[in-house]
Amino acid sequence: MSNQNRRISIIENILSANDRLAGENQSRLDAAGIFSLNLMASPGAGKTSLIERTIESLTNHFRLAVIDGDIATSIDADRAAAAGATSIQINTGGECHLDAVMLHTALAQLNLEDIDILLVENVGNLICPANFKLGTHYNILIASVPEGDDKPYKYPGIYRGVDVLIINKTDLLPYVDFDMQYFQQGVEILNPGLVTFPLSCRTGEGVSAWIEWVKQKVKEINE
Amino acid sequence: MHELSVTENILEIALRHANNNGGKRIKNLYLVIGQLSTIVDESVQFYWDIISKETIAEGARLHFNRIPAEMLCLDCNQRYNPPAGQLACPSCGGAHVQVTAGDEFQLEAIDIET
Repeated sequence: MSNQNRRISIIENILSANDRLAGENQSRLDAAGIFSLNLMASPGAGKTSLIERTIESLTNHFRLAVIDGDIATSIDADRAAAAGATSIQINTGGECHLDAVMLHTALAQLNLEDIDILLVENVGNLICPANFKLGTHYNILIASVPEGDDKPYKYPGIYRGVDVLIINKTDLLPYVDFDMQYFQQGVEILNPGLVTFPLSCRTGEGVSAWIEWVKQKVKEINE
Repeated sequence: MHELSVTENILEIALRHANNNGGKRIKNLYLVIGQLSTIVDESVQFYWDIISKETIAEGARLHFNRIPAEMLCLDCNQRYNPPAGQLACPSCGGAHVQVTAGDEFQLEAIDIET
């Protein structure tokens, strides 16, 4: 019998296995009544500082937990714990992003019944995390003023896939060349109407609007 | 590192479909990757050559169909491919824009030998 060649049409998203597991993670979080956020940013944009601010502001009303993804060390998880949250560290061992498998494993280490809000701190990176859904309710991108106003143009993928944008370090605006109009025009094209919070974790300016947003969303999910 | 996970997923999907269709070998894979996705073709090919060894996909060729980002200006109806560092409409300067292509990230088809 001779061999035959045949073309098989597939049309499957390359990361569909990750997407499926992300769906399972979300069901698990929903069943436990947990509101969850995936925080993504480049290194040094202020992910951990925002987490500290968020914990300080909400710890009297909610039980918070932090899952920290980092290539090495537990510095960030330690900072979250010091601020008053349950925290666990995932060392990705060189992987440049968290994926749904890692979140799945981390969730197994937490007592989900004791958590109201889960903050997942992704690995500092503007490229890879965008492609790997985790199953959290909202994807948050933290941009920061010193990074420059061209980031939406250079890293369109991550700006396309997020639900909320935080512009951190606004206290530095007088000192750096950051054209807010050019930056926001790029964002508007890639992600029209994106909910945006300009703030400074250092001075605290603008942080309360972000905290109110989180409170509102927690309320909605529990209704 | 990102490309390794991506390549593993491509292999898994291709092997699953080949098995379901009685394939003895996979000869070609056709990938559709939009410009707004961030994947380096050469890295995927590099990992592919390693991880496909001793599978029915060993030696298969990867074909990348790169889709340029395309935008449609909702103010003046201009269709355009944005140049580096620019996203706004080149005709009217507007930012009221719909992305019509460039997000693709799929394995579209494979050629198998049965």
